[in-house]
Amino acid sequence: MSENVTLPQQGAKQQGEALLKVEGLQKHFPIYGGFPFKRQVGAVKAVDGVDLTMFAGESLGLVGESGCGKSTTGRLITRLLEPTGGKIEYAGQDITHAKRKQLAPIRSEIQMIFQDPYSSLNPRQTVGTIIKSPMEVNGINPPGGREKRVRELLETVGLNPEHYNRFPHEFSGGQRQRIGVARALALQPKLIIADEPVSALDVSIQAQVVNLLQKVQEEMGIAFLFIAHDLAVVRHFSQRVAVMYLGKVVEVADRDSLYNRPRHPYTHALLSAVPEATVDGPQRERIRLAGDVPSPINPPTGCRFRTRCWKAQEKCATDEPPLVQISGNAEGHLTACHFPEEPTIKGGKEVVLDPALASLESDSK
Amino acid sequence: MLQFLIRRLTGAVVIMFLIGAFTFFLFYTIPQDFAALSCGKNCSPENLAVIRENLGLDKPITTQFWTFMVGIVAGRDFAQGHCAAPCLGMSFDSGDFVWDSIVDRFPLTVSLTVGGLIIFLVLGLGSGMLAAWKRGTKVDKFVSGASMVLSSFQIYFLGAIVLGLMVYSTGWMENPSYTPFTEDPLAWATGLLIPWAVMATIFTAQYTRMARSTMIEQLQEEHVRTARAKGMPQRYVFFRYAWRGSLTPIVTIIGMDLSALLSGAVVTEFTFDLAGVGRLAVDASVSKDLPLTMGVMLFGAFFILLLNIVVDIAYAYIDPRVRLA
Amino acid sequence: MTTLTKTEDKPAPTGPEAFLSVRDLRVAFSTEDGVVRAVDGLSFDIERGKTLGIVGESGSGKSVTNLTVLGLHNRKTTDIQGEIILDGQELTTASEKEMEKIRGNKAAMIFQDPLTALSPYYTVGRQLSEPFMKHRGASKKEAKDRAIEMLAKVGIPQPQTRFDDYPHQFSGGMRQRAMIAMSLMCDPELLIADEPTTALDVTVQAQILDLLRDLQQEFGSAIIFITHDLGVIANMADDLLVMYAGRAVERGSVREVLSEPKHPYTWGLLSSMPRLGGDTSEALVPIPGTPPSLLNPPTGCRFHPRCRFRDEVPGDLCSTERPLLADGRAAACHLTGEQKQSIFIDQIKPRLG
Repeated sequence: MSENVTLPQQGAKQQGEALLKVEGLQKHFPIYGGFPFKRQVGAVKAVDGVDLTMFAGESLGLVGESGCGKSTTGRLITRLLEPTGGKIEYAGQDITHAKRKQLAPIRSEIQMIFQDPYSSLNPRQTVGTIIKSPMEVNGINPPGGREKRVRELLETVGLNPEHYNRFPHEFSGGQRQRIGVARALALQPKLIIADEPVSALDVSIQAQVVNLLQKVQEEMGIAFLFIAHDLAVVRHFSQRVAVMYLGKVVEVADRDSLYNRPRHPYTHALLSAVPEATVDGPQRERIRLAGDVPSPINPPTGCRFRTRCWKAQEKCATDEPPLVQISGNAEGHLTACHFPEEPTIKGGKEVVLDPALASLESDSK
Repeated sequence: MLQFLIRRLTGAVVIMFLIGAFTFFLFYTIPQDFAALSCGKNCSPENLAVIRENLGLDKPITTQFWTFMVGIVAGRDFAQGHCAAPCLGMSFDSGDFVWDSIVDRFPLTVSLTVGGLIIFLVLGLGSGMLAAWKRGTKVDKFVSGASMVLSSFQIYFLGAIVLGLMVYSTGWMENPSYTPFTEDPLAWATGLLIPWAVMATIFTAQYTRMARSTMIEQLQEEHVRTARAKGMPQRYVFFRYAWRGSLTPIVTIIGMDLSALLSGAVVTEFTFDLAGVGRLAVDASVSKDLPLTMGVMLFGAFFILLLNIVVDIAYAYIDPRVRLA
Repeated sequence: MTTLTKTEDKPAPTGPEAFLSVRDLRVAFSTEDGVVRAVDGLSFDIERGKTLGIVGESGSGKSVTNLTVLGLHNRKTTDIQGEIILDGQELTTASEKEMEKIRGNKAAMIFQDPLTALSPYYTVGRQLSEPFMKHRGASKKEAKDRAIEMLAKVGIPQPQTRFDDYPHQFSGGMRQRAMIAMSLMCDPELLIADEPTTALDVTVQAQILDLLRDLQQEFGSAIIFITHDLGVIANMADDLLVMYAGRAVERGSVREVLSEPKHPYTWGLLSSMPRLGGDTSEALVPIPGTPPSLLNPPTGCRFHPRCRFRDEVPGDLCSTERPLLADGRAAACHLTGEQKQSIFIDQIKPRLG
């Protein structure tokens, strides 16, 4: 690895100053136990050293499987959770442990859209109140009054402005998610963290919300951190994509590089696992990992993916691979791997680690 | 498991101590000379001083509290003699040791509770399950309706009706009374039959409704559907899968009711003129008898805490996801 | 190509080889708000050893249909009409006792969320053994041996010790494997898998899908695979049924439906999903509106309020008359065959890449 390292800088050629810079971000949820007095006996290392950089107006996708820490990362950036370690810098300002007062002006610039449109809207408030309240809390008085602004926002997100006085339960899931978007837009944010914004919606509705988010992102120049497990949706939405595994970013690159020339074995495994609705598509790799993701309480030493990786060697257990640009990769394409894969997903490569599959398939052959 | 027990018991002792302290100091905010109460109407100053000294009332409150607490663990000496541990002090009113008074009354309370409990558990859970099994049918509607009506009744109201009917107007039964089980089991049972029946009626209604609703909830669980999808017979699914899931909420309520009943079924005792722990508690606080009040309070708290621990252990047996540590 | 006529390579639906045959099934249940017509005139067949994919969104009736096949609906509040014939036996009129003999034996089911679908109170081993003991009259020992064999087959490491574990001690993927093992205990001829991978992560999903396919080869069961994800079905099923609002709107082989879909709803589904190889500069084309309430479904074609092409059908046919789904390769739509073909080639296909 050492000979093919170049600058460990992320998005080097990206325009101007970083809007958000996250370095070595950690969140450990303590586990208590023991005897006779309860004390901390361990921690769920949900986020364990995440590095990310985001630029103004860009859309960064964050993908990974459940338990990889992607949602926790989003909540740390919005400071809904207190980081255990590392650093979050927003517009040049260190907000890692900023107090409520210091955060107040920044809170309005970083907004969040949640996964479940059923539980993230207060059922006892009208749509108008829900969208208006961020403005009230932050003392913002738009020209023409708040109500006028709310009606404009409703129109922007594709809802009827006359629905101002309705309650969330009168709307369908997709419409509720639009309300959530309007609420996030109320403060004219510079950064929106969208945590699985479409995964609770029906397939035919998902596209409506994705299109809305895309329109908002492009027209208003808002930076999006798009957190999702659906690789195709993330690809469609994000210019750059970061892949997380067990609390760490294992690969980050521009969309084209990540989806067509991935280097990290885990990225290869993820991409090969995506089911595609085609019958005659180009032949893809077939990688079937064994078992599930290990527990974040006791993550593997060295490279965390090594326990499920077909290329793992001794070095992987001892040295943690740094997130760096491997030779041959485009600028800003960083990979944390000692033994990276070839930069292609084409061809009939087959890796079957699952013992049940391996034995069933060898029987039938 | 052992760790769990030790930790919970230690916790329980601390809580008991805090309850004791709280009651003790709260009692002293009442503007009342306890010695004068104990002394009676024609009380000479000399007598008063003697009583005061005897009861320890001449010492600071903190010392009195400490003496009281030590007495529980190690026993205590009064002018009347030694009060063995657990010594809850001596009643101001009667001059009896509080522990003895409670122990005296407790068999009645236990008899009332256990008898009632068996009846209402069998009837309540049974009819609740029946209603859930026959959900939506006439049986369900009848059981649900009846339990709704009965659970809005009160013990004193129902008790008065039953007494009036069975004892006073027809004379079919004797007035409720308590005979120790060890003396005459038959008299024990017949004497308590009316209180049991009345108490159980009200509780049965409540348990029917609870059992019905938790069973219906459980029957809609996905794992119950899976059991049916495996081809398991309805009865089996009902009793093995749904019932198992209903146990946790039911055990919770039983624990709460049982601890309340064991620390004195006040209304039942008054309604049927029975002298149990509940009666003792009310009398003690009405006559501002500090040691006696403290005693029954702590006695009740002991059962609440004990049953809490028992319920927690039961959870672990019912639900393997619950780990005791 | 011409449409709406039977193609030669498809057997007629009521053919003797159909292992399960559903004819004009109607399922309605009464709720406090009124009668929900969850399934409205559905017919399909499935042969031994084949996989039928049923695709639809929430409320399309795909899950209700399959609960009904096994008689797992609430008999008191549900009204069922039509026929369900499994291996020659009519099931809609079968008694609960008769159904119990079929469930978990001739026909088994795999549910979506293995965490809630397995009882937390009993060991995995016990839950696996039960159906084997019931249907085969096996002893505890025999059932245990069989369960361990099946756990090993689905890839549970150390099945002897895992037999005594509770479901919560399994990981998500392992639980679904245990669920699959449970469904295969009695060697069922029909396996109904209701969104079996929806609750799982994508790499685990890939493992489970391949496992189901490999096991099917070994066991030769017919599989009904219910999903909302056209991608998942593409590699799993032989035939495909697309459902919308309680009705089947399109039927054909997977290849036919995915490469030349004929129904505007299928077009909508396909062009609203992003693809890994798609053009990211092209916006997704969502289906406008929301799925209808089944308390008060639209008249005529239930998809017509959301259909972009209803103006191409003369008159108010779409809103007044229900388009029928012919046998074999077909779509339930009033558009003519020529119209469908030209719309698909000109407007839909370019987007699918």
